[in-house]
Amino acid sequence: MTHKRFVLTFPPELTSEPITYKLIKDFDIMVNILNADISPGKIGHLVLEMSAPGKVLKSGIEYIKGQNVECVPLEKKIFYQADNCIHCGSCTAVCFSGALTMSRATNEMVFNPEKCVVCELCLKACPLRLFSIDIE
Amino acid sequence: MSKRKSIDEINEKIRAGKAVVVTAEEVSAMGKAMSPSEVLDRVDVVTTATFGPMCSSGAFINFGHPTPPIRMEKITLNNVPVFGGIAAVDAYIGATEVANPHDTYGGAHVIEDLIAGKDVTLHATAKGTDCYPGTEVRTVINKEKINEFIMFNPRNAYQNYNVAVNTTKKIKYTYMGTLLPGLGNANYSTSGELSPLLNDPELRTIGLGTRIFLGGTTGYVAWNGTQFNTGKPLNNFGIPVGNAATIAVIGDAKAMNPRFIKAAYFEKYGVTMFVGIGIPIPVLDEDLARRVMIRNSQIETNIIDYGSGGFEILGKTNYKSLFSGEINLNGKKIRTAPLSSLKVAKEIAALLREEILGGRFFLTEPVALFPKTTGLNKLEINI
Ligand code: SF4
Ligand code: SF4
Repeated sequence: MTHKRFVLTFPPELTSEPITYKLIKDFDIMVNILNADISPGKIGHLVLEMSAPGKVLKSGIEYIKGQNVECVPLEKKIFYQADNCIHCGSCTAVCFSGALTMSRATNEMVFNPEKCVVCELCLKACPLRLFSIDIE
Repeated sequence: MSKRKSIDEINEKIRAGKAVVVTAEEVSAMGKAMSPSEVLDRVDVVTTATFGPMCSSGAFINFGHPTPPIRMEKITLNNVPVFGGIAAVDAYIGATEVANPHDTYGGAHVIEDLIAGKDVTLHATAKGTDCYPGTEVRTVINKEKINEFIMFNPRNAYQNYNVAVNTTKKIKYTYMGTLLPGLGNANYSTSGELSPLLNDPELRTIGLGTRIFLGGTTGYVAWNGTQFNTGKPLNNFGIPVGNAATIAVIGDAKAMNPRFIKAAYFEKYGVTMFVGIGIPIPVLDEDLARRVMIRNSQIETNIIDYGSGGFEILGKTNYKSLFSGEINLNGKKIRTAPLSSLKVAKEIAALLREEILGGRFFLTEPVALFPKTTGLNKLEINI
């Protein structure tokens, strides 16, 4: 069994193909949706963890790509130097996946790596340059 | 005639350990259940604070003379040019200065490094004069080795500030942070009801000589800030909508703390500096009590398009909505993000309260008040 994370990027004009349903039903891949940001008429993002034997996974990915959907393995990881953070919030402006948010209770910036889709926008948005990217 | 207190009376109470000091957020919360006259009775001082990027900042430095003495003309610190067009070994480090247009290390970083006690490389050249024969020096300095190191910021603590959005189809990198296309986000940069000049909007108690918290130590208001503008329209709560008053501040940079002075770089814009400022507001009468009770929902500001270059006003919002994480612009919901740190601002307001309660910080009467009617000139292009 292989577990792998992927970022799926949907074009705005996607067909009504129920991709995740098919992955589960037709390919017997275990799908865990980690993050979704999809609205009609806009480029959409979906972060999935897929678990299946290697060969099955491969055919599943081919199927996704055949639907004109970009499918990129999430091998990169975002790191940030939490100790130096001044909690200004600038990075939260660009994080559409909700991995970077301001806590109303503590006024601190909270990083939830689970939700990160490695769009890399925070690298430039942090005025203290606290984010870096690493290959897993 | 309603009750009044004087600054002397409040200082007496501070000395006696009897002053009641609360933060501007606390007094805003109290204000929900109390009248201005009750707040005047209960509270003596309200502490306000902000910690945001303030480009119009810098520091004077006196290096001391080498042997033979030199009249420094072209000067760099860690390769960042600093202004040497004043006396022989005096200079001014501008926060936004860089060696090359796209550098991410600049004057603010030099200032932060010096405050942190780090070594910085000084290089200076001169033509050499009869009285100052030296023509070049290269040496390592730090804050212990130099003479004065005085922060002087010509424009800080803007009273209110625009909210920035981007209506274009392209991502924009601005001094208001990264703005996503198609109104993808809205960035704001004040500490709202905690912000100093919003708690005394007519600057009745903040003037020339006002003692403040600056970068972790005691500082002073030195003048009105540049682009000081009293001409902005007021809302129903007496708050100017948009960028209005500012202050120039001064303080001993050697005594500052890098937690409250932070160098920063805004992508494709440049280097700037986060400055921590705290100002105590004495509650002298009912009018001031009413002012310090101001709440986020009552502080409004303009939503401006920073994408198209025209700085068009698209709408209005208030800080309650901005802090909630979402504003509404003509029916469209837009995610908001701050640029100034409310967390550190709260820390400063609490610190200043402790200093006052501990009898280590006393309030000052302004030596002079700031102009009441100023507007802004545009730069005329005439050749
Ligand atoms: S890379 Fe940064 S901005 Fe993008 S999703 Fe991850 S945390 Fe958010
Ligand atoms: S932009 Fe940088 S300093 Fe500001 S909250 Fe995000 S990580 Fe912290």
